[in-house]
Amino acid sequence: MCLAIPGQIMEMLPERPHLALVDVSGVRRSVNIMMLADEAVKTGDWVLIHVGFALAKIDEQEAKASLALLAALGQAYADELKAFEDSCIE
Amino acid sequence: MRFVDEFRDPEMARVLAREIARLADPRRHYKFMEVCGGHTHTIYKHGIEDYLPPNLTLVHGPGCPVCVIPMGRVDDAVHIAAQPEVILTSFGDMMRVPGGRGSFLDATARGADIRMVYSPLDALKVARQNPDKQVVFMAIGFETTAPSTALTVLQAAQEGVKNFSIFCNHVIILPAIKAILDSPDLRLDGFIGPGHVSTVIGCRPYEFMTRDFHKPMVIAGFEPLDILQAIYMLLRQLAAGRCEVENQYTRVVPWDGNRKALQVIHEVMELRPYFEWRGLGFISHSALKVRDTFTDFDAERRFAVPGVRVTDPKACQCGEVLKGVLKPWECKVFGTACTPETPIGTCMVSSEGACAAYYNYGRFTRTRMREVVETA
Repeated sequence: MCLAIPGQIMEMLPERPHLALVDVSGVRRSVNIMMLADEAVKTGDWVLIHVGFALAKIDEQEAKASLALLAALGQAYADELKAFEDSCIE
Repeated sequence: MRFVDEFRDPEMARVLAREIARLADPRRHYKFMEVCGGHTHTIYKHGIEDYLPPNLTLVHGPGCPVCVIPMGRVDDAVHIAAQPEVILTSFGDMMRVPGGRGSFLDATARGADIRMVYSPLDALKVARQNPDKQVVFMAIGFETTAPSTALTVLQAAQEGVKNFSIFCNHVIILPAIKAILDSPDLRLDGFIGPGHVSTVIGCRPYEFMTRDFHKPMVIAGFEPLDILQAIYMLLRQLAAGRCEVENQYTRVVPWDGNRKALQVIHEVMELRPYFEWRGLGFISHSALKVRDTFTDFDAERRFAVPGVRVTDPKACQCGEVLKGVLKPWECKVFGTACTPETPIGTCMVSSEGACAAYYNYGRFTRTRMREVVETA
């Protein structure tokens, strides 16, 4: 029930403002966007889809930031390892 | 797939596993509860537990909205479906949940018209296409799904659809978490919070956990890296002596939640004084019902439901599994009398149930085999 998938808005439908055409891995369907009425959703935005409704916008900046954080964790270790490799204490 | 694949990177997972192992104090045993069934599913499917040190255990919580529906409510729904003019519509994972008198699937074999739908909007469409029938939607799910049901009711009202109603079994996550925290059987060190429920309710509601119960809470996404990062964040808190609500799933969860979604829930539904949860008993103000202003869309008032309380079969230990007291394989009937094909309880049936997740994904790892042998 908590399964929600990311999809990208391909087309807004002006005659039916409560819907948008969304693409999920090449499959295109209409999705109800009423829950995002307070935010400005537009073509190209990524949204989280759950039982035919867009639940939330996916913030690309935050996604990038999360991944950067994880990469930094990995980098810290790689740096440490490199420093160890380069060291010669005796 | 974007926003999915990047959060499944195995190299990153190894990095996180290493950091987790470094942070976990070898003199301590950590028990973190992941509340949401979706998390249980990911954990088993991706073998997350294999990335964790032996002194860190994940305990599965009651966040599976199908699993917590008591048998009596399934019987009520079957009773509605048995009326000749009714078409009952339901999400797929309810179809095989056993009631006192069988599941929805058993009822279809006896002639009831019960149809699987992906969305409550599909149910509304069935109502429009069958004006001579009464279409009832079996509404289940936590706050993730309740707004979708509410918006569908509002749309039905706006369109003047007269043959559509919902059998409302939406439940609220916070009372369940509080029941776990109040429970003497469990001693947990932290919680991994439900990511998608939180897109609706935000992060603020969980503050009582840190304030009153001193347990850290990290709201997590559903990909393997999300869960591993949440565990890392919990360990960081414990190591630093912090106790806070943190948001790991920042790409999707807003701190204040989705105001519009909360507003539509509030418009269409209100809290029941109490509701029975499988395994947790009666919890006050833990579930939703349709408001008086939308009586026409309330199946419970349109049809007389028996409302009988059915006790779970003696062999069924779903309650303890849902509270995290028992692991799936510790249940006496796991894998023997209770399998996905012949389920006794809901944990084995739902796509988010701990038993189903373990049965489908978790059984054959070497660490698991060792654990099973040791607890036997």
